Amino acid sequence: MQTTEETLQGFFGRMLGDNKHLWAAASTMDTIWVLYDRVLNVSPETIDDPDRDRFYLSKGHGPMAYYAMLAAKGFFDPAMLDTWLQLGSPLGMHPDHTLVPGVEISSGSLGHGIPLAVGTAIGLRAEGRRKPRVVVLIGDGEFDEGSNHEAISIAGRLGLDRLTVVAIDNSSASLGWPGGMAKRFEMEGWQASTVDGNDHAELYEALTRESDGRPQAVVAKVRPKEGSAV
Amino acid sequence: MTAQVTRTLMRTVFIDTMIDAVATDSRVALVTADISSWSFDDLRAEYPERVINVGIREQAMIGIAGGLALTGHRPVAHTYTPFLIERPFEQIKICLNHQDVGAVLVSIGGSYDDLPRGRTHQAPGDVALLDTLPGWTVHVPGHEDEVEPLLRKALAGDDRVYLRLSDKVHSEPVPLSGEFTVLRQGGAGVVVAVGPVLDDVLAATAALDVTVLYASTIRPFDRAGLRRAAGAARANVVLVEPYLRGTSAPEVAEALADVPHRLLALGTRRDQEVRAYGKAADHDRLHGIDAESLAGSISEFLG
Repeated sequence: MQTTEETLQGFFGRMLGDNKHLWAAASTMDTIWVLYDRVLNVSPETIDDPDRDRFYLSKGHGPMAYYAMLAAKGFFDPAMLDTWLQLGSPLGMHPDHTLVPGVEISSGSLGHGIPLAVGTAIGLRAEGRRKPRVVVLIGDGEFDEGSNHEAISIAGRLGLDRLTVVAIDNSSASLGWPGGMAKRFEMEGWQASTVDGNDHAELYEALTRESDGRPQAVVAKVRPKEGSAV
Repeated sequence: MTAQVTRTLMRTVFIDTMIDAVATDSRVALVTADISSWSFDDLRAEYPERVINVGIREQAMIGIAGGLALTGHRPVAHTYTPFLIERPFEQIKICLNHQDVGAVLVSIGGSYDDLPRGRTHQAPGDVALLDTLPGWTVHVPGHEDEVEPLLRKALAGDDRVYLRLSDKVHSEPVPLSGEFTVLRQGGAGVVVAVGPVLDDVLAATAALDVTVLYASTIRPFDRAGLRRAAGAARANVVLVEPYLRGTSAPEVAEALADVPHRLLALGTRRDQEVRAYGKAADHDRLHGIDAESLAGSISEFLG
């Protein structure tokens, strides 16, 4: 069942109040929406299935879109959103996978999601599991962290074809990425494309493209918006 | 003429044990960062999915270990001490501890095995750094025969284990125990010898009326064992550790919180970076943990 704009907007409001613009400004919203609605093979019933798809929110910052989507998909009771950031709430500014049902990794410190995903993809391949995909979401600012580049090189050399990185590019990297991020992935042996990160059809097509044996990178360019700190 | 005894390097025991473990347990995965990787060439060819050499990329090595653990594997990550613990320390904190997963980290190099390369290849603060994170078991074997049982035990678990290997060894293995082993009993004080410093401690205390405890596992610290020993002697405690001086001092304070006691903590120096090459014996002396220096400082402490 597809998630409606009203549902997500309502869930955002439970965390952030009645600001109707904030939810739409979340740079990760459209990607997470497409992934959980139409791409990832994971549900509350299959969250412990070793053959499920994994989604690793690497950048961690601004996880409201993620929480809203997990609540919409039934991973946890939407009432939990009302406790956001309160003492005793599982929902913090950076997700903790030991506290929040449906969250696969604990993140917030930048540059850890891709290495963890590379290890996961290696582990799944070692078990002969060809079905599960491992999808990591990073930001273009996060791309600065050198640890990403260590892991990107390794994934390319090992041909981890079940691994996908979605890089949300809202031009927040202080020194920029001349020529675009996709080129860096391609140099390391990845199959890369750049799409409009606010266009669901483009995102869906890029995120469901069959691998040619290489890991895949999808650079999702989103419009930088004022006040879009989430 | 003294008979020559051929000793096996701890590193060799580690390599041989891993070759067997990977072949016999599909849960075990090995991640290296070039160091020692040539010793696993055949193993990597046979088990390419579970034996990975990532090149000189230590941050990724630990992150990948965390990802492997998330899939239920038992990852072992290995390189030289400063590049295993210090360089990727945040990865240890986030990709292992914060993900609530385990791994076995195996270092070589001790505190100063590679003296020609100087400070860059020394990491005497490794155990102290791991002490800032919860849930780490730390093994510091002092004899090559202690390495395999400690590694086998670590591989069978799913917790966070650090196995600290060194070139320096003592002459006789001590049977594996998670508790301190009582090697001598005396009344004037208690000397705790950690791993490879044992021979020097035994020589230094040969003429002293002290209890000597030996530990190849220093975390968790055997607080009960220290309390027993300190209760049966004067509570003069001497810690001799092959890494940063005083690393286990907080443990002694906790163990004897309600017991008036004195503490002498010995190990590598905290007050200065020793900028010198030479031999290990020279550095033992520079740090005050050779047998002669130990005999002097322990005798003076006991009064």
